[in-house]
Amino acid sequence: MRSYAEDVLTLARKDLMLELRARDTLPAMLLFVIAALVVFHFALPADASKLAAKGLLWVAIVFTALVGLTRAFVAEREQRTIDGLLLAPCDRSAIWLAKGVAVLAFLVLAEVVALPAFALFFSGVNGATIAGVALADLGIAGVGTLLAAMASLSRARELLLPLLFLPLAIPVIVGGVGASVVDSPGRYLGFLALYDVVFAIISWASFEYVVTE
Amino acid sequence: MIRARGLEKRYGDKRVLKALDIELPRGGFLLVTGPNGSGKTTLLRVCAGLALPSAGEVEISAPRAQIGFLGHEPLVYRELTALENLDLYGRLYHVPERRERIGMLLERFGLWAARNDRASSFSRGMLQRLALCRALLHEPELLVLDEPYSALDEQGAELLDRELAELRPQRTFLVSTHDAKRLDPLASSRLALAA
Repeated sequence: MRSYAEDVLTLARKDLMLELRARDTLPAMLLFVIAALVVFHFALPADASKLAAKGLLWVAIVFTALVGLTRAFVAEREQRTIDGLLLAPCDRSAIWLAKGVAVLAFLVLAEVVALPAFALFFSGVNGATIAGVALADLGIAGVGTLLAAMASLSRARELLLPLLFLPLAIPVIVGGVGASVVDSPGRYLGFLALYDVVFAIISWASFEYVVTE
Repeated sequence: MIRARGLEKRYGDKRVLKALDIELPRGGFLLVTGPNGSGKTTLLRVCAGLALPSAGEVEISAPRAQIGFLGHEPLVYRELTALENLDLYGRLYHVPERRERIGMLLERFGLWAARNDRASSFSRGMLQRLALCRALLHEPELLVLDEPYSALDEQGAELLDRELAELRPQRTFLVSTHDAKRLDPLASSRLALAA
C-alpha cells in the first residue's frame, strides 16, 4: 500500500513538473475558461435568469476539462514514455491515479480563476455550487483520465475523446446544475458522489486493459 | 526464461508474427535478425510484456521488475533532465542506493557532464545512451534490446560492446539487430525472421 502511494506520488510529481516546464496545459485551460465565460456573458440576454447562467458555468467547466484531458497523455504518446511506465513494476492503476491527480490539480487551478470570473460576469457562487464543482472535478478527472488514455492510443484521438467523454459527462452536468440551482442540493451532491465512486472503481479496475496493446 | 509456443501477433488484418516457437533459457542470448517488417520489434515487445499475443502462448519467468527494455524510442521525458528521468525510473523500480547507481551509469555512459540538461537538448546518440542507462538502472535479469547500436557513434558502440560483454555471463538477453556480426560472438542461439 505504501509502495502504491509512493508510485502515485512519484508519477503525479512528474506530471506537475512536466507542466511547470512545458506550460502548455494549464495556460490553455485558463484562457479557454475565461474566453468561454466572456462569450457566454455577451451571448446571454441581459434579462436571462441566474439558472441559465449556472448552466453555462457547467458547460464551461466540462469543456475546460476536455481541453486539459486532450493534453493529459501527450508526453506519453509522442515520446512513447507510456511503454516505460507500463514496463515499471508498479501497479498500472497507479499510472491512472497519478494522471488523474494531475488532471484534477489543473482543473481546480482553472476553477480558482473561473469561479470568481463567473461571479464577476454573472452572479455569486454559493457553497452548494462549490461543493458540486469539487465533486464533479473528481468524477471528471477519474473517468476523463481513463478515456484520455484510451483515446491517446487511437489515431482519431482528437475526435474520439469528446465523443467518449461528453456522453459520460452528462450525469456530471445533471448533478452539478441541480446542486447549483435547487434549495436543498443534498440529493444532487449525493448523486455526484455516487458517480465519483462508481466511475473511479470502473476506471481503476479497467485502466490496465485499456493501455495494453 | 522465455518460452513461446505458436506465437502470433496481428494488427488488424496484418499478421506480423506467424506460429513462432521460442525457447530462451536463463543465461541464454537469443539474437534475432531479419529485414525491416519481419516482426523483430513486435516479438521483443511481446516478450517484454508490452504487447499481448493474438494467438499462442508466451511464458516469461522474469517479473516486470527484472526486465530491462530498450526500444526504438528512448522512453524518456524530453522536458526532464537526464538525472530527473533516471530518478523517476529509479523510484518506480525502487532501486536501492538510487543516486549512486544513477551517478555510476551516467559516468559509465559518458553523460555525467550533461546530467542536468533536458533530454530535449540531447542528440539521438546521447538519447540512446540515456535509454541504455534507463534499461540497466534496476540491474534486470532479462535484457530485451531492440537494435541497441542504433544511433550510437563508434565510441558509444564500443562502450556498449564492453557493457554487454561484462553483463553476458550474469544476464539473459533477447536482442534484435541488423548488425549480426557484432553480436554473434555473444549469442547462444539465433532466430532469423523472414519478411
